This record gives sequence, C-alpha cells and structure tokens, in this order.
Amino acid sequence: MSGHAHAAHDESWIKKYFWSTDHKVIGLQYLFTGMAMAVIAGFAVYVFRMQLAFPGHEVPLFGRVSAAEYNALVTMHGSIMVFWVAMPVLIAAFGNFLIPLMIGCDDMVFPKINRLSYQIFLISALIAVSSFFVPGGAFGGAWTSYPPLSTSPVYNQTPYGATMWLIAVVLEFAAFLLGGINFVTTTMNSRAPGMKMFDVPIVVWMIVLASVLFMASVGPLVAGAIMLLFDQTLHTGFFDPARGGDPILWQHLFWFFGHPEVYVVLLPAMGIVAEILAVFARKKLFGYRTIIYTTVATGIISFFVWAHHQFIAGIDPRIASLFSVTTLIISVPIAEMVFVYIATLYGGSIRFRTPMLWALAFIAEFLIGGVTGIFLGAAGADVYFHDTYFVVAHFHYTFFPIAFIGGFAAITYWFPKMFGRMMNDTLGKIHFWGTIVGFNMVFLPLFLTGAAGDHRRIYSYQAFPDLNTPALQHLRITATIGLLIMLAFQTVFLYNFFRSLFAGQKAADNPWHANTLEWLAPSPPPHGNFAVLPTVYRGPYEYGVPDRHDDYWPQHVPDQPSTDGGVAPSRAAEAHA
Amino acid sequence: MTHGHDAAVSTVPVATTRSVMEVPTGRLAVWWVLASEIVIFGGLLGVYIMQRIGHPGWANQSIHTNTLAGSINTFILLSSSLSAVLAHQAAERGDGPRAARLLRLTALGGASFLVVKSIEWTHEIREGFTITSNLFWSFYYTAAGLHALHVIAGMIIMLIVAAGAARNQHLHRVENIGIYWHFVDIVWIFLFPLLYIAK
Amino acid sequence: MISWYVPEASTFAADVDHLVLLVAVIVGVWFLLAEIVFFALIFKFRARDGRRSQYVTGEQKHEKRWISYPHYAVLVFDVIIVVAALRVWNTIKVATPQTQETVRVIAQQWAWTFVHAGPDGQLDTPDDITTIDDLNLQVNRTYQFELHSRDVLHSFSIPVFRLKQDAVPGRVIRGWFTPTRTGTYDVQCAEICGLGHGLMPARVHVQTPEQHAAWLAGAGSGAPGAPAAPAVIADAGSAAQTAGGTR
Ligand code: HEA
Ligand code: HEA
Ligand code: CUA
Ligand SMILES: [Cu+2]
Repeated sequence: MSGHAHAAHDESWIKKYFWSTDHKVIGLQYLFTGMAMAVIAGFAVYVFRMQLAFPGHEVPLFGRVSAAEYNALVTMHGSIMVFWVAMPVLIAAFGNFLIPLMIGCDDMVFPKINRLSYQIFLISALIAVSSFFVPGGAFGGAWTSYPPLSTSPVYNQTPYGATMWLIAVVLEFAAFLLGGINFVTTTMNSRAPGMKMFDVPIVVWMIVLASVLFMASVGPLVAGAIMLLFDQTLHTGFFDPARGGDPILWQHLFWFFGHPEVYVVLLPAMGIVAEILAVFARKKLFGYRTIIYTTVATGIISFFVWAHHQFIAGIDPRIASLFSVTTLIISVPIAEMVFVYIATLYGGSIRFRTPMLWALAFIAEFLIGGVTGIFLGAAGADVYFHDTYFVVAHFHYTFFPIAFIGGFAAITYWFPKMFGRMMNDTLGKIHFWGTIVGFNMVFLPLFLTGAAGDHRRIYSYQAFPDLNTPALQHLRITATIGLLIMLAFQTVFLYNFFRSLFAGQKAADNPWHANTLEWLAPSPPPHGNFAVLPTVYRGPYEYGVPDRHDDYWPQHVPDQPSTDGGVAPSRAAEAHA
Repeated sequence: MTHGHDAAVSTVPVATTRSVMEVPTGRLAVWWVLASEIVIFGGLLGVYIMQRIGHPGWANQSIHTNTLAGSINTFILLSSSLSAVLAHQAAERGDGPRAARLLRLTALGGASFLVVKSIEWTHEIREGFTITSNLFWSFYYTAAGLHALHVIAGMIIMLIVAAGAARNQHLHRVENIGIYWHFVDIVWIFLFPLLYIAK
Repeated sequence: MISWYVPEASTFAADVDHLVLLVAVIVGVWFLLAEIVFFALIFKFRARDGRRSQYVTGEQKHEKRWISYPHYAVLVFDVIIVVAALRVWNTIKVATPQTQETVRVIAQQWAWTFVHAGPDGQLDTPDDITTIDDLNLQVNRTYQFELHSRDVLHSFSIPVFRLKQDAVPGRVIRGWFTPTRTGTYDVQCAEICGLGHGLMPARVHVQTPEQHAAWLAGAGSGAPGAPAAPAVIADAGSAAQTAGGTR
C-alpha cells in the first residue's frame, strides 16, 4: 500500500506498534490489552466485594452500589476476565509471541490475518467496556446471558447493554477463530528443519490444541448468538416459550461451548507451567507424550459433560445422570496430567526463582479447584451446591491459577525475552507471596459461605434472615479484606513490571539456561527473530543428560562427536537430509 | 485483506514458504475456516432439526416455501461449482486468464442465486411470512440468510482472486476459493431438503 | 459439614449431606496425598551444590507405572462417587414417592406466589389459599410441588431441604419434598432474574399438624405471622395470572 519501503526509523509510532504485522508486536498488543482489561475487571471486583462486605455503604472511588450496578459489575467482571483477560493473555499474547520463536521461524504464516485478529479483538473489548456508559448501563444478566432475561429490556432493563454484550462476545470469538488459523497452520507447516511433531514444546502443543478445542466448540454458540441477537433486535421467538421457543436451548448451546472453554484456557496455562517446571527443576518432563495424550483425551471428553451446569435447569433428570458420569470420568485424564507434573519434580534440582514459584503454586492451587469440581459433578450434591458460592469458589480456584498465576508465571519467565531486561526477583517474590496469601484468603471463606447457602449474584444478603448472620458476614468481610490485600500487592507487580521495562538489568539471550529455541534469538528478538534460522536436533526437555558438561542441551545445538556417548537422542542425520 | 502488490515492499516471512506437512499452507487455512463454518452451520441446523421434530405443526408453515425457487437455486449453485472446478483446472495448467473468466462466471452464478432468492423472499414477505411470523420462518430466514451472506462473501473474494489470476498472480488461490465455494454449495444441499422439501 | 450451618429439614437432606461427606473424604485424601508428595518432592529435590538433576524420561514401563496405577485408582474412586451421587440424585429428582398434597409455586419478577390446597387438600378448588412469599407446610407430610414461572428463569431453592429447581417459563416442573423439622426458614431464588434477584426471598413455615390446622382455619382472614419480607410487590395480592412480570 505504501509506495516505497522506508527505513525502520521512518515508520511512525502507529505503524510500528499499532499497524504492525510482526507476531511479537501483536503478542504484546494482546498482552497489554489483556492487562488493561484485568485492571478494569479487577476494579469491578473491588467494588462489588466491598458492597458484599459493607452492604449499603459508599464504596471509595465508586459510591453507593445499586442492585442494577451490582449485577452489571458481576456480569462484566466474569465476562471480561474470561473473554478479555484469560483468553488474550494466555492464548493470544503468548501464542503469538512464542509460537514462531519456539518452532524456529521468523513470523506467523498469515501476518495480516494476525493483525486483523487483534484489531477485531480490540474493537470487541472497546464495545464491552463502553457498554458501561450507555443508557441503562451494562448488561446485568450474568456472563451466561440466559434468556428470557437477556432477550428483552422489559426483563433486564438494559436496552443497549445486553445487545452490546452479545456483539462484543461474538466479535471476540471471531478474533480467536482468526487467530487460530495462524497458531495451527504455523505450527503444522513452518517448524524448523529437524523439528518433529514430538519435538514441539508442550506450551505450543497446548495452545494449538486449545485453539482446535475452541474452534470445535464455539460454532453452535455462534449460531445461538445470532438467534439471540434476532430475539433481541427483530423480536423473533427462538428462546421465547410463548412463541414455541425454548429458553433451555440457549443453555445447551452456551455450555456446549462453555465447558470446553474452561479447558481452552486451562491448557495454555498447563503448557506454560510445563515449560517452567522443566527449566527450573532442570528435568526432562516426566512422560512428554503422556501429557499430550491426556490432553487430547480431556479435550474429547469435554464435549460430553456440558449439562453438569444444568442438572437442575429443568432437563430430564435421567439424562442429567449420564452427565454426572462423564463429568467424573474427566477427572481421570486431568488427574493423570497433574500426576505427571508432580512426578517431573522427582530427581530434579529445583531453583526457586519467581517463575518457578508461580508454576509450583499453580499446581498446588489448581488441585483445590479440581477436587471441588467433583462435589459439583456428583449430581446429588450439586442440587445443593448449584449457584452457591461453593461454585464461585470452585471456579476461582481454577480460573485464578490459570489466568493470574499462569499469567504471572509466563510474564516473569519470558519477560527477559520480550523486553531484553530482567525483572527484579525480590520484588517478584514479594508480589508472589502477597498474591497467594490474599487469594486464598478470598476464596477459602467463600467455600464456607457457599456451604452455608449463600447464593450467587446477590447484592445484599440482608433480605435473607438465615444468611444475614454475623458469622457469615465475618466470612464475607474476610474475603473482601483478602481481596484488598491481593490488590495492594498488585501495585508491586505493576511497579516491577514497568520499572524493569526501562531500567531492569539487561538480560542475556538465555538467562535461564533453557533448551527451547526462543532462547537462541537475541533478547528482545529483532524483526525476523533469528540471525540464522535454526535447525533442530532433539526434543525440548533434554536437561541433566548424563555425560555432558552442561545440564542442558538446547534444541539447536548439533551433536558434538566428543560429547555424545552414543546414548543421547540424536537426529543430526535426518535433520540435514 | 488483499496482499500481493505490497509483497515487494515487506519481505514475505520465511514461515510462509515452509511446508513441513507437505500440504500448502493456504489450503490448511481454508480447511480451518471450513471446519469453523461447519460447526456453526452444524449447530444451527442441528437445533432446527431438533425443533422441527418437536413441532409437527411446522409442516403447515413449510408448505408455503417456494420449492420451485429452491430447486432453481440448487441448480444454479451446482452448476457454479462446476465452473469453479474448471477454473481450478485452468489454474493448474497455468492459464490464469481462463481461470479468471471461469471464476467470474462462478460469481455470476452466485449473483443469480441471490436474485432468485430476493424475488422469492419478496413474495414471501408480501404474503406475510416474515422472520417473526413463527419459529419455522425464523429458522428459515436465519439459516438461508446466513447462507446467503456466505454466498456474498464468497463472491467478493472470488472477484478479488480473479483479478489476481487474470495477471497470472497467486494462482494457488483459485483452488482455495474453489474449496470454499464447494462448501457453500454443500451447505445449500443440506438447507434445501430441510427447508423446502420436508413438508 | 453443611449441617454445621444449615439444619437438615427434609427426608433427603441427610442423604445429600452424607454424599458431600463421602466426596469430601475421598477427594480430601487424594488431595492431601497429592499435596504431600508434591511438597516432599519440592523439598527433597531443591537445588543443592554439587548435585545434578537426574535424567528420567518417564517413558519407560516401570516409570509409567507411577502414573498409571494412581490413574486406575482414581477411576475406581470415581465409580464409588458416581454410584453414591446417582442414588441421591435418584431419590430427589427421579423417583417421586406417593405424595399427599400438591402446592403450586409461581415465580415472577420478583416474588413468589404459593397456592396451597387448603382444607380439602385439593388444588384448584375455591378453598385454595394463596400467599405471597410465605409457604406453609405441615411437618412430615409429603408434598408435590408444581413450579411455574411467569417471566424469566428463577430457581426455587430451600437450603434446609437441600432442594433446588429452576423455574422455566412455559413449563410446569414437578418435584417433591417431605419437611421433617418444624421452624421457619429461607426460600431463595437461586437463578439470576434481573434487578430484584437479591430481593426475592420468601419464608417457609414448617408447622406441627396443630399449628397447620390453625393456620388453615385462620388463613381466610389473617396473614401468616411471619416477619414481613421486604416489600417488593405490594399489589400482587391474588394469583391472577398477570402475564409478563410486573412492568
Ligand atoms: C478453567 C476453569 C475450570 C476447570 C478446569 C474446571 C474443572 C472442573 N469443573 Fe468446573 N466450573 C468452572 C470452571 C472450571 N471448572 C466455571 C467457570 C464454572 C461455573 C460457571 C458459572 O456457572 O458461572 C464451573 C462449574 C462447574 C460445575 C457446575 C456447578 C453448578 O453450577 O452447579 C460443575 C459440575 O459438575 C463443575 C465440575 C468440574 C469438574 C469435575 C472439573 C474437572 O475438570 C476437575 C478435574 C481435576 C481434578 C479432579 C483434580 C486432580 C485429581 C486428583 C487430585 C485425583 C483425585 C480425584 C478423584 C478421586 C476424583 N464445574
Ligand atoms: C478468569 C476468570 C476470573 C478471574 C481471574 C476472577 C478473579 C476474581 N473474582 Fe471472579 N468471576 C468470574 C471469573 C473470574 N474471576 C466469573 C466467570 C464469574 C461469574 C460472573 C457471573 O456470575 O456472571 C465471577 C464472579 C465472581 C464473584 C461472584 C459474584 C456474585 O455472584 O455475586 C466474586 C465474588 O467474590 C468474584 C471475585 C473475584 C475476585 C476477588 C477475583 C480476584 O482474583 C481478582 C483479582 C484481580 C486482579 C489481581 C487484577 C489486577 C490486575 C493486574 C495486576 C494487571 C496484570 C494482569 C495480568 C498479568 C493479566 N468473582
Ligand atoms: Cu428470581 Cu432470581
Ligand atoms: Cu463445566
């Protein structure tokens, strides 16, 4: 389009950072957008948790919270955290940044589609946030948007918010479908010479499998969203029982996507943790292929569990029983995956740098989220637990480790590569402990309030005599204080992040002595990534190989005749073919 | 989304030139797009079929669909797929201009399809069968409308690809848009019996 | 565990609590085991001078066993949990016992209407007693409930009964319960239903047969002696089927 090539320094700021097709810039765009959205969703949490702890009082920086505002804040908090924080940060930011670097090529295969994907994503985020400011305010019918509540302003009192929510979500889906094109085709077709399918780092596998899972599950919901949009705007009756429609149909479409979706965000986080575990335990992953097979198994089973969100929604109770069975079965591959991660530590030499602390915390905390899912999957118990804070605590013990613990792990680990500087380890550890303590202080009490009957999306429990007790209110206040502690410690992170960006210690190309290819590129990698595109000679996790001087063996280093004892895996011959 | 001329400006990534799986990257991408589309249409039609089974009364509505118009459109789309195949063959032989002509013919087929569709819909709306009349008509207009959007998108991309092919550029894209067009065709092959024949 | 906070007031409440306890023990043991092994490994294999990591691939048969045996064990425990869970589920939702009386529960934005059968024990007779936000039951009597919604989704939830069921407009959903403990307890709406979702409480009064008889006798005139629920809908004094919610 622009007539002639200009030297790089001629390029305007907009062109370099906004209109770029470089996968690294796009990755960073996703990262910063995701972080900004996290701050917005975090502010929403602050407001509504203050209201829960001190109902009716003015919330500093916000004011008094009305029921309508409470519902809107909860709805947008959930939607933003899932669609505009967890997905962009874990899948898009790290997928874009890492995939070409880790498989040893210079960019994605469709750089312009990549740019388009970010731009659509950005528009969707802007629509979502601006819906707070339209007449009637943001949608307040929960992130699940069940009709008939979501179909008509007569019911939800948000004439614009509901439709904007829907459009924003559909655009976000479109952005990730487009992004998926690149993740999948680049990984399939553009690997470095010598890199076999099973030489691809786990995090790349996970992002690719997550993209496939997303693509395969989102279709029916896109169709459902079109139907819901027509119900809202053209007044069709797809979900209106008075005109032959069926409100429960939407629930099926939503959860057919919604359950696989939780694994869509889980998988990249599992991948990030795998990379970090191997590097900081100086260990080969225990059963690389087992991880991939269990992931595929999880992905497949995840299509058959969706109705565990609808046990008591009015579906046939006998069919609900079947979903209870599949739901419990899915614990088997996930348990296996967790066991593999734990076993990886065996025989290691574990270094407790900040990224490793996050990775270990991920496993410790995710286990709580996982096992509490079993209470809910047991249909008889879910009759009681459904839509209580027990569910809220369950899914925050999965989502928070995924989105934030996994996100912080990834940021602290790849920061040197992304920006060419190191983050401060001491500040990192302060932030780590503050966040972990705060996090558990928020959600452990919420398991108890849930067990005591606190139901979800209630802006004040004062109307419920059995729930309006001092004991329960103390638990709610504890949770809110935990949140305040956690939020306070986020300033440490933000300070560390932005200070290190400009004044951190300069990073070496391979500061962690890792094997994967991104560490071969300069920090930060220039346009085109590698001076010479690498060739791959072995798998990504050859740590602690006997009879070698170094305890790591990067993927791109050719076998040296002097060091190989004939035991270590070698592919030099085929790679050069 | 047209590239091509600015390829000379920004150097093409090496990534784009690799083909580890020995399947052209463009074709992989088209398959991905089709897979996402299949689940979208699959979801919509699956829902429609379930609802249709649950509402025997819809038969009274579906007798008002215009089977003749539907059949004509089936014929138009099928023959336009044929010209897409011929365009692909021409592109394989390196005959860009001929491929371009055939692609334009295919797009013309898409246009005729849309013309027939608009006449048909105008009649139906005049007779009072609008998208809000009843659930059957809601599905009818939603499914056929979504399909028509795909026809329009396919035509636009096809004309862009044809413009390149006429200058013998990016001939591999002829095959890719052809695959897409066959998909649009196949969706219609499902829609036609579901909306017009089942009465 | 739940009964620490919420009394058990229906025949199946204890079943649910036992199920929860069973799950808690099973997954609790697994959870502790996993965490103990995890932290033990972290401690044992922390970096120390002069000790290199070992080269363990986890792909050998004897190594894989460390994963595959626990994984079969998880499957076995899953089966135990499923069997227990489905038995309770079956009791609550699938197998309806012989019921003695039917009560109609109508949800709307944002109030509950309860239609009691009245002295003759039959619904849809002139002596039906309709109340707003107060459900009156006789202890140890088996009720069928008939759940309606006038506008959006709601969910009829009585924590002390361990009972919850969504109300869906356009459908009548039936279920059952037998109260076993007298007293007055919360009824919640457990499905987001708009602005007043947090203001949709009701109270259930489980009465002795004498109290219940007295209530039946006096119901024509006086309102039940419960603390007034926050006034949400003041005018919905009859069961008149005003469609489409309140506004
Ligand atoms: C990424 C997020 C994530 C993840 C990973 C999971 C994982 C699981 N979830 Fe969760 N879930 C959510 C996010 C997530 N969930 C969300 C957001 C909701 C609520 C949505 C809403 O309503 O707003 C929800 C709600 C939800 C419900 C519906 C509750 C209700 O509304 O009534 C159920 C019910 O079955 C459930 C079950 C499970 C199960 C069985 C798993 C399993 O995958 C867990 C498997 C893992 C383990 C079991 C741990 C490791 C294993 C061992 C240590 C071995 C020992 C185990 C046994 C012997 C069984 N979840
Ligand atoms: C990924 C998903 C995710 C995450 C991370 C969170 C994080 C948190 N959530 Fe959220 N939540 C949901 C998803 C999530 N939530 C969903 C889906 C719902 C259901 C909504 C509904 O019912 O419709 C929900 C509902 C929900 C409720 C229930 C409300 C109700 O039913 O009335 C509560 C109550 O306490 C709550 C609390 C919190 C708290 C205290 C956090 C804290 O952990 C948040 C802490 C925030 C920060 C720490 C932000 C700071 C930002 C930075 C430091 C920038 C750097 C950022 C990056 C590295 C990414 N959440
Ligand atoms: Cu009614 Cu919530
Ligand atoms: Cu689920």
